[in-house]
Amino acid sequence: MNGEKKLLQVDRVTVSFHVGGFIAGGRLLAVNNVSFSLDAERPEIFAVAGESGSGKTTLARVLLHDLEPTQGRVVFEGRNLSTIKRRRDAMEFMRKVQPVFQNPFETFSPLRRVEDYLFETAIQFGRARNRRAAAPIVDEALHQVGLSLEEVRQRYPHELSGGQIQRVAVARALIPQPHLILADEPVSMVDASLRMSIVNLFKKLRDEQKVSVVYITHDLATAYYISDRIAIMLRGVMVESGPVEKVLGNPLHPYTKLLQESVPKPVMTEREQWARPINLGAMEVKEYGRVGCKFAGRCPHVMEICKHAEPPALEVEGRTVKCYLYGEDAAQSNQSSLSSGKL
Amino acid sequence: MLAVFRDLLRYDGRFRVAFLFLMLTLLLAGLSWFSPYPPTRTFITPQDLPPSLEHPFGTNSRGQDLLWWMAFAVRNSLILGVITAVVSRLIAIFVGLVSGYRGGFIDRALMSANDSFVVLPVLPILVLLSFLLQGQLSLVTLALLLGLFGWPWDARLIRAQVLSLKERAFTRTAVYSGTPPLLLTLREHLPFVLPVVFATTINNMLWSIGMEVTLSVLGLSDVTVPTIGTTIFWANQHQALVAGVWWWLAAPILVAVVLFLGLYLLFSSVNEFIDPRTRLRRIGA
Amino acid sequence: MPLLQVENLRAYYRTQVYGISRSVRAVDDVSLELFENEIYGIAGESSCGKTTLIKVISGTVKPPLRIESGHVLYDFGALQVDMTKSDPEELRQTVRWKEISYVMQGSMSVLNPVRKIIRTFEDIVRTHQGIPNKKLFLEQTCDHVMRLGLPPDVLNLYPHQLSGGMRQRVAIALATIFQPSLIIADEPTTALDVVVQRGVLQMLREIQAESGNTVLLVTHDLAIHANVADRVGIMYAGRIVEEAPTPIIFTAPRHPYTQHLIRSLPMIGDKSAKESLSGAPPNLANPPSGCRFHPRCPLAFERCRTEAPAMVRLLPQHRVACHLVTEAAE
Repeated sequence: MNGEKKLLQVDRVTVSFHVGGFIAGGRLLAVNNVSFSLDAERPEIFAVAGESGSGKTTLARVLLHDLEPTQGRVVFEGRNLSTIKRRRDAMEFMRKVQPVFQNPFETFSPLRRVEDYLFETAIQFGRARNRRAAAPIVDEALHQVGLSLEEVRQRYPHELSGGQIQRVAVARALIPQPHLILADEPVSMVDASLRMSIVNLFKKLRDEQKVSVVYITHDLATAYYISDRIAIMLRGVMVESGPVEKVLGNPLHPYTKLLQESVPKPVMTEREQWARPINLGAMEVKEYGRVGCKFAGRCPHVMEICKHAEPPALEVEGRTVKCYLYGEDAAQSNQSSLSSGKL
Repeated sequence: MLAVFRDLLRYDGRFRVAFLFLMLTLLLAGLSWFSPYPPTRTFITPQDLPPSLEHPFGTNSRGQDLLWWMAFAVRNSLILGVITAVVSRLIAIFVGLVSGYRGGFIDRALMSANDSFVVLPVLPILVLLSFLLQGQLSLVTLALLLGLFGWPWDARLIRAQVLSLKERAFTRTAVYSGTPPLLLTLREHLPFVLPVVFATTINNMLWSIGMEVTLSVLGLSDVTVPTIGTTIFWANQHQALVAGVWWWLAAPILVAVVLFLGLYLLFSSVNEFIDPRTRLRRIGA
Repeated sequence: MPLLQVENLRAYYRTQVYGISRSVRAVDDVSLELFENEIYGIAGESSCGKTTLIKVISGTVKPPLRIESGHVLYDFGALQVDMTKSDPEELRQTVRWKEISYVMQGSMSVLNPVRKIIRTFEDIVRTHQGIPNKKLFLEQTCDHVMRLGLPPDVLNLYPHQLSGGMRQRVAIALATIFQPSLIIADEPTTALDVVVQRGVLQMLREIQAESGNTVLLVTHDLAIHANVADRVGIMYAGRIVEEAPTPIIFTAPRHPYTQHLIRSLPMIGDKSAKESLSGAPPNLANPPSGCRFHPRCPLAFERCRTEAPAMVRLLPQHRVACHLVTEAAE
């Protein structure tokens, strides 16, 4: 079945946590049966988008081998991550998969110089034997992000802007020459005037360095701008995934629709549309515990079946969507519910 | 380093007082090297002379000049404090960092050892040990013993800090930079833990010097060695207060107060100075 | 007479740590006017001084923050106040909540974590107005909350039992209980998800439209201003660089900084390449000479390096501080 070589293969991954007290049942599926894969031959930017509590950060931790999935498996370049136990294997994995974190001011210790981390990375991953030999490597990595060693030499994090630190963070991640970069909300805390420089960087890495990027974000606008494919997550479930122009340009899942509409657009023409009242009252219900579709509680097209069984993944109009509205056997019933409007 | 010292001296009143007090104690301790006679010799001065120009601290009933005697006493007490602090800090840092960062089995093992030490009643054990070794409990042995008992609270403190530091993103950055665990915790966490270490060093010195005084007053240490505690022990032996030789007790108490105040003020001043938050404010973050 | 008139306001942070004195010029010569029945948006990046400006406007100036010069004049009809001159304690009694109320990010600090929501309402109403009739108070509070579209049950819950969005809406309900003349909303939806953000802002807008008061909305997110604000002021490095009605800001901005910001905003449906400005926002402890934007401005010329541009009025409601615009107008 593997016609093409895969860089990353996520196969029915489920992560469940135990929660005490308030929620009955005590088990929470932070990531619920998620599958996707990235091709080894064609580097791409794959966005995982969702609101808080959608499980995207938990998924990121699984992909970084920070957390073992409860079920399912993650295979990176043919190696199942759960077989990585020894430090040597972990180092080999980290050489190929590198992270970029959310808060630039937390990424590096405030009491250490940022360059130390870059030299350390070059030395530990065997690209140089000592600091002197590492200097050109560090400098080259910084040049790839539009900085130079001169600019960051002897600097502490607080002496750099959020945008600069985030670029240093990307430079550090590039030093081991990884095949995949996992960026967890890399621009959410970077100022608007600097944000695009980071975002453009990922594009450049994909095109010039052939590095694939998993871009985890809540910001659909930047996700649309840089990514090739996107997956929308809701309460641990990947409800819709596919090429970003299709998923965000013409969303099919009712949740993706709501999300896409709710992003405020920086233009005057969409004011009326955005101001169309939405009902938040029903949102406060706990959606994790739901059997069936997690969106059933606030879906305008909800059907009886949505409340009882989880929708299967269907291939519709060039993307995968988990919604009964688009199943062949549900075709008749969804016709009636669509025409009857809000239920 | 010199600039830091100058800034502290210029802008922190507590530090100025601490500096003065500690200089006085160190000066006194330094005098011991110039003592005209060894501390163990007795009856070389007239007995029970009150403080005067010739004998600033007076002389005692054993015919010793209290100034020279106190010089040796302070020196020995300080040596004891430093040895104890260094030994117990090393253990505390090691246990705290490793336990906090590694977690799991290592953490559980180290912490159960730690908790066992916490619940041990230190004073009775020391009394028992001193009793068994009576007369042979040298100052250095006592310091090492105190060092072995003085680490567990601080190890827990350090561990707690490391546990929270471990969750911060820069720890993860270091992990993905390939830094090996022990090096990682030394580089990333130790700088944040140092203020605690420093604060507890001074605290620990205070504690150990105090413990020595307690044991000596009870006559459970080697009383031929001059320390602040043994001075009081000898004064009591000769019933100095009843005999009206108040300066025999006043001298060690005065020295102890100056030393303790100096250490305490140094502790609070330096503690604020090396607090990472103040440090960040100072470098302009 | 505008509701609020800020005139040439300067507010600096002055600190002294171990002999190194620093002064951060967080608000440096800001003038603006707020009128009745409008939503005024303040946009700017982190550390551009917007939070400091809000502190001064709401009368919560505490050392090391100090007002160096300027006026903050309120006209509440029956009552005129200059925030720069008044005693903070007195202000708290007379205008906080009743005339000026404050909604901030997270809002946990307004809601007492160990008391039910209704108790927080009670505390505030009791201190600022008194509760002669408990039953009437309960009825009125219930009505108020329901009018804002919140289920009245929330009043009997503790803050931690509410979701972030619900907490923020409760905070807005609390802020509007006395129908104040001015609601200051400081990044009210920054930590919220987009759908909830939309709901919260819709509620804020509805309240404003209904009662005709003034909302000062501070957020770094320009897309929110595009959808909510009537007028927008763009702040950069402690100054307002451009101010105009929202349509002008988004379709015909004149300041190079605003122009760049608007151009670089990503949007669903737009894959055209966007560029970032070079450089970084300046350090306000040591801001650049002349126009503070000049080191990053692609259009900067000699005059920008030496002389700070004055605010010029292009239209009655459109003000810009930029030498290029001034020279073009002359």
